Amino acid sequence: MTAPVVDVAVPEGPLHPQRSVAAGRVRGTGLSLGLATLYLSLIVLIPLGAVVWRSRLRGLGAFWHAVRAPEAWAALRLTVVAAMVVAMVNVVMGTLIAWVLVRDGFPGKRVVDTLIDLPFALPTIVAGLVLLALYGPNSPVGIDLAYKRVGVVVALLFVTLPFVVRTVQPVLLEFDREMEEAAASLGAGRATIFRRIVLPNLYPAITAGAALSFARAISEFGSTVLISGNLPFKTQVAAVHIYGRIESDDPTGAAAVSVVLLVVALLVLVSLDLAQRWAARRG
Amino acid sequence: MLALAYLALLLVLPVGLVLWRTVEHGAGPVWHALTQPNAIHAFRLTVTVAVVAVVCNTIFGVGLAVLLVRHNFPGKRVLNAVVDLPLAVSPVVVGLALILVYGPSGGVGRWLGDHGMRVIFAVPGMVLATIFVSLPLVVREVAPVLEEIGTEQEQAAWTLGASSVQTFRRVTLPAIRWAVAYGVVLTLARALGEYGAVAVVSGRVVGKTQTATLFVEERFQNFDQSAAYAMAFALAVLAVVVLLALNLLRPSEET
Repeated sequence: MTAPVVDVAVPEGPLHPQRSVAAGRVRGTGLSLGLATLYLSLIVLIPLGAVVWRSRLRGLGAFWHAVRAPEAWAALRLTVVAAMVVAMVNVVMGTLIAWVLVRDGFPGKRVVDTLIDLPFALPTIVAGLVLLALYGPNSPVGIDLAYKRVGVVVALLFVTLPFVVRTVQPVLLEFDREMEEAAASLGAGRATIFRRIVLPNLYPAITAGAALSFARAISEFGSTVLISGNLPFKTQVAAVHIYGRIESDDPTGAAAVSVVLLVVALLVLVSLDLAQRWAARRG
Repeated sequence: MLALAYLALLLVLPVGLVLWRTVEHGAGPVWHALTQPNAIHAFRLTVTVAVVAVVCNTIFGVGLAVLLVRHNFPGKRVLNAVVDLPLAVSPVVVGLALILVYGPSGGVGRWLGDHGMRVIFAVPGMVLATIFVSLPLVVREVAPVLEEIGTEQEQAAWTLGASSVQTFRRVTLPAIRWAVAYGVVLTLARALGEYGAVAVVSGRVVGKTQTATLFVEERFQNFDQSAAYAMAFALAVLAVVVLLALNLLRPSEET
């Protein structure tokens, strides 16, 4: 679906919400807060807590043992490396696509702009199927990426395509052209202008997009199931490994790898949040 | 040029190829594959699960957004962060988490089982999983709009003697309706397309707990490519409809 809302360029302080809360509201706060907490606890917090609890059930040693089990460790390493590659490719291609969509005019631009969101709307299993049709064993173009690591990376690139584009695009749209014109009038070439003027202004947006696509890539499951062929030590990503552990009735092993994934994803998203707050404060 | 070529190779050509492969022998086989009992059941189940999830997440989403924007209470930042949490969790982990609590060997699950209620490997668990993965979508659409419209009109309604229910229905709701609609479409799309979390908690019993996405995978693995493609085609068409709906809703948000 759409990228989680990222306030890259934090808008000027919102009109401060009223300080005077109408009397009836205070009474309502307790009830609705209770209901909201109950809803979130039953569906999100207690189940996630159970995963953490389960992974530590037999002590920290057993947790570490499960994570360092050869198959689990290989899956985790592949996942993190693939997600890094995906984030880097997205940084380059996502910025380029955003640039083309904002600065260039070509027929069918609106269609392309709409299509960017397709990976968010398309079910992940369909994404995997679709890639396998073109880049699978029956490929009409003779490229077979099935059961290969490249195939996993391509699947992850597909599902994370919109992140960088959609964070960079709004910043480019609001970008002040006068700065570029000033640089041009002072004799800067196109490459210099892009590198010295445009790019520095895009850094926060690019970083946000890269972090989001990394977080999405390490947790991705559906799109990699079909194309990876689920070969341990070769193409098995962490989510698929967890799935295998659940199926073979090893919830503790599954929970241990899950906790690692959760921690990595949260670390990335929390540092992104901190970086954005820091950048916003520095103005 | 490079950007467009990348898009074509990664996105347009693969999707186009599957669409082409599905319809190249005419609509007959597609229709046939989609009207077999298991496919119909899968589709019906998907829609049921999605509708329940959308209703729950819309009610709680709007409530949560009002709570987060209009009220002050200790722990507000924590609650705000928890709402976003589902976006960082892998679908498989969602499934595992629900199994550990509501599964036959989990504490709550055993108690529910003793009282004749099955959650995991049954429809309630699939609903829970779908609610989990699509939880933040309505909140995140509605909260910024609530912030933007401010409270002047609501306070005016208050001073004129409207009750809080009346204020919400007559003043707040009309102002946020497009954001709610946008969030609902996003939630619906996510719910219809969810695969990983549902795969774990459903037990994937063909004709019983098999959703449309699970149908695609199962048919594909059993070398019934035409049925897999037909259902994938149907889901892709739904995805395009969603995109068009979102495009229509976006401009109207600004008016």
